[in-house]
Amino acid sequence: METIVRFFSLQDPNVRYVVLGMLLLSVSTAVIGTFSLLRKKALAGDAVSHAVLPGVCLSFLISGQKEIWSLMAGAFVSGLLSLWCVQYISKHSKLKEDASIGIVLSVFFGLGVVLLTFIQHQGNASQSGLDAFLFGKAAVLMPSDVWVMSIVAVVMLFMVYAFYKEFTLFSFDPGFAQSIGLPVQRLEYILTALMVMSIVMGIQTVGVVLMSAMLITPAAIARFWTNQLFRMLILSVVFSMIASVAGAYISFLAPNMPTGPWIVVVLSGMALLSFLVAPQRGIVWKWWQARILKRKTAEENVLKAMYQLGEKENSFQETYTLEDIFSRRAYATVYTSRILQRLHHQGYVIWEQGEAQLTAEGIRKGSLITRRHRLWETYLTQVVNIAPDHVHDDAESMEHLITEELEKKLLEQLKDPSLDPHQSEIPPIN
Amino acid sequence: MITHVENPVVEVHDLTVSYHKKPVLWGVDFTLPQGALVGILGPNGAGKSTLIKTIMGLIPHSSGFSKLFGKELSEVRNRVSYVPQRESVDWDFPASAYDVVLMGRYGKLGLFNRPRKADKEMAMNCLEKVGMADFAHRQIAQLSGGQQQRVFLARALAQDADLYFMDEPFAGVDASTEAILMDILKSMVTRGKTVAVVHHDLQSVKEYFSWVLLLNMRLVASGKTEEVFQEELLQRTFGGKLTLLSKMSELVHKNEFPVRES
Amino acid sequence: MHFSDFIIVFTASCIAITCALLGCFLVLRKMAMMGDAISHSVLPGIAIAYLLSNSRDSWVMLLGATAFGILTTLLIEQVHQRMRVQEDASIGLVFTAFFSIGVIIISAYAENIDLDQECVLYGEMVHLPLQSLYWGKQAIGPMAMYNAVVMLLLVLTAIVLAFRRLQVCTFDPGFAVSLGISVSVWHYLLMSLVSFTTVVSFEAVGAILVVAFLVVPSSAAFLLTQRLSHMLVLAALIALFSAVGGYYLAYWLDASIAGCMTCVAGLFFLVAFLSQRLLNKTIPLTKENTGTKAIGIN
Ligand SMILES: Nc1ncnc2c1ncn2[C@@H]1O[C@H](COP(=O)(O)OP(=O)(O)OP(=O)(O)O)[C@@H](O)[C@H]1O
Ligand SMILES: [Mg+2]
Repeated sequence: METIVRFFSLQDPNVRYVVLGMLLLSVSTAVIGTFSLLRKKALAGDAVSHAVLPGVCLSFLISGQKEIWSLMAGAFVSGLLSLWCVQYISKHSKLKEDASIGIVLSVFFGLGVVLLTFIQHQGNASQSGLDAFLFGKAAVLMPSDVWVMSIVAVVMLFMVYAFYKEFTLFSFDPGFAQSIGLPVQRLEYILTALMVMSIVMGIQTVGVVLMSAMLITPAAIARFWTNQLFRMLILSVVFSMIASVAGAYISFLAPNMPTGPWIVVVLSGMALLSFLVAPQRGIVWKWWQARILKRKTAEENVLKAMYQLGEKENSFQETYTLEDIFSRRAYATVYTSRILQRLHHQGYVIWEQGEAQLTAEGIRKGSLITRRHRLWETYLTQVVNIAPDHVHDDAESMEHLITEELEKKLLEQLKDPSLDPHQSEIPPIN
Repeated sequence: MITHVENPVVEVHDLTVSYHKKPVLWGVDFTLPQGALVGILGPNGAGKSTLIKTIMGLIPHSSGFSKLFGKELSEVRNRVSYVPQRESVDWDFPASAYDVVLMGRYGKLGLFNRPRKADKEMAMNCLEKVGMADFAHRQIAQLSGGQQQRVFLARALAQDADLYFMDEPFAGVDASTEAILMDILKSMVTRGKTVAVVHHDLQSVKEYFSWVLLLNMRLVASGKTEEVFQEELLQRTFGGKLTLLSKMSELVHKNEFPVRES
Repeated sequence: MHFSDFIIVFTASCIAITCALLGCFLVLRKMAMMGDAISHSVLPGIAIAYLLSNSRDSWVMLLGATAFGILTTLLIEQVHQRMRVQEDASIGLVFTAFFSIGVIIISAYAENIDLDQECVLYGEMVHLPLQSLYWGKQAIGPMAMYNAVVMLLLVLTAIVLAFRRLQVCTFDPGFAVSLGISVSVWHYLLMSLVSFTTVVSFEAVGAILVVAFLVVPSSAAFLLTQRLSHMLVLAALIALFSAVGGYYLAYWLDASIAGCMTCVAGLFFLVAFLSQRLLNKTIPLTKENTGTKAIGIN
């Protein structure tokens, strides 16, 4: 409890800088990550984050000191150069983009490692910690770092605000954007520069590999929840922020736990959770929908069976035992009596002492299902051209899916048919 | 308007095919006679490629079955050949025209066997038949679209099958090449082979095909060209989508509903 | 040349050639980044196996980590196909998650595991000759070398024996299926080989050099050759020369061996790329066939 208070009240200056820094980083990486995801350039970020190393080393070799601005400038330049190389290689050879990313990523990084070891072996006194640039040091963020981060975040948000319409169009359909006269090339430069900028800043905090996660994962989760760009931006920023604070908190509790990887693990956990529960696409959601549908299908089938029994006897007032119902449909006894109980509660059936009778509402529903079944059979034979002896199975499942709107259209197109392909009467709407 | 035949080479029975649970072909049911040159016609997205791929076992089907020569596909693979759409492969692949044609022999080779002299000769012969002998050792990316299509046909010829499914072999091919390819197909048919071709040009249907399948999400018609290739049926095939059927597909897709109860 | 130098160069060459051969298929299948993903996501497998078996050189570790590589492949495919997350994003999503878990395990048991991020990324080539394999009580040379040789032989055998299957599955999977070839079995076989290779190589050369050897020589060879068999041979040669050349460059510069090998491979690629550019300028290709290019479409 005490630790929670101590953490969230941000009394500890160290905590304050870490949390603030991570939040700022989340904003900029999540925003730019969303755009690069939509532009199918998610992995280009991976290339950039590996490719900054030679820039950092060269800038150190030239300036001879570990001054943050010059290192960042070096990183920025080699990051941009790497993206240009990726573009150039895939444009001017038969190599596809995945290969050119792989090439640029590994060769730049290899060059960086050579320079790094070269510097180390030269024994320059101030070199130590140069590779912190690569592996991140989230736990020891300085006020100056936080300043840099806020500047980057502000620039990022401002640019996105200023060019929101253009970026949106450009991300979804660059061809169209160009055709209506947007300066596509310039937008590309701006987005690229913003991406490299946020990566350069992020690497120092979370490290090379995990930087890719900060770019890709929040956007991918957000994409899972919404199709709309603005919501996607907001969501990815929120997810990213939550994960950042959680990561910082975990490494606050257990100081030997690295912040960056925990952020990523939390993010990945969120992704997993989304895959499970997100509406429409989540596994649990789908499972639940299937269950509801299955139940509905079973209920409707029983109503239909009773209705069709009534049709045969020309009276819907009869009572039926389970055996009667089974004569139309094979089900387990327990299962069917449970369904009848549910139908009883819903007011479609009176189910007492092993005998079931349709209510008025039940008759209406039974006729509705039967009508949809026969309509669909008619449609399949007349329009879809399927032989009458093949349509039953299909209609057996479609009758539960046909909506009122679709039913109306069917009636319209088939001109209110009275008989189905098997010469059974199609019950009229009443 | 579906004509069934005795002892069919291809029998497709009540076939329903879905992508991601969304049905794109409904209850397709037809038979093809031996020695027919079959045109498969239908608008874009009608499911022509899907039908062929399903018969060839590339995509699973939700219901129904298909039989070739009265047997399961796995029993008669060596007698069937499939020519994919040209765009389905990456032509930058490092291989020569000859290499690609030689692939046609792989089905008859065991896992670790190398192609024998006879296989190599066969590949060369087939290249010659399609008029590509001079390009045998050219890299496939350096062939024109029509030449690539000829290579694919040569590969199919090298398979020496009895039944051929070809997905748009005339796409992007000029008139003279089309005539050459067509002659080859016709001579195959006269030797008793059965060839089914996805085709887009309605002008040439009567001249090319002895049998026609009209397809648009469902089978509109299947039968002899002179019986089936007529205004009213074509109107039903090409005259717009079946909105109701597409809506239903959407509903099935949205509900992740199994097309058949099981 | 010292014996230990020889061991380093020899081991690195075996690794380089193996990676280059497999890399050819990855590049042709447009799965170069799968190599990157796998090479990162074996980390937790290595860490866990390390904890369990308490040593670096054991078959437990090799198999455990290989399993993680295959798991990565499976997961990426599942996330892409079932969850409909776009492919590049699912790669990024999965491998970063695995890598983070690996780093966390390592930090949690820091005193038990003699591994760190740097080692994972750069490798520790100089330490190669340190761990010996024993035949009875007799040391018969470094374990890593034997692993690399076994791996090279395994991959070579697989490629030579199944050359035609791999070729047709890569070029035209639809056609391969129609021949009755089980494309997915070959796919997973290939990915298992990549995982296994990554694990064996990673400790010697680091994740990044694995990626480099998987992608760079094979891409260079792809640009210069017109037949698959030539591409494989050329890629292997480039890999070999990069390994040897890189070693001497490192010696001369007094810098990271893995890094120098990557740089030499990069130089080879540059040469291949430029010569291909020059050739293209003189002999214009039919541009019509390049429509499938990944870039510029979306
Ligand atoms: N891999 C896939 N995933 C999802 N849907 C698909 C896939 N392939 C095809 N479809 C859909 O299935 C339907 C039929 O496609 P198919 O490729 O069979 O059409 P086609 O008749 O061959 O058209 P075309 O004349 O353009 O080649 C289309 O609506 C298409 O959108
Ligand atoms: Mg098609």
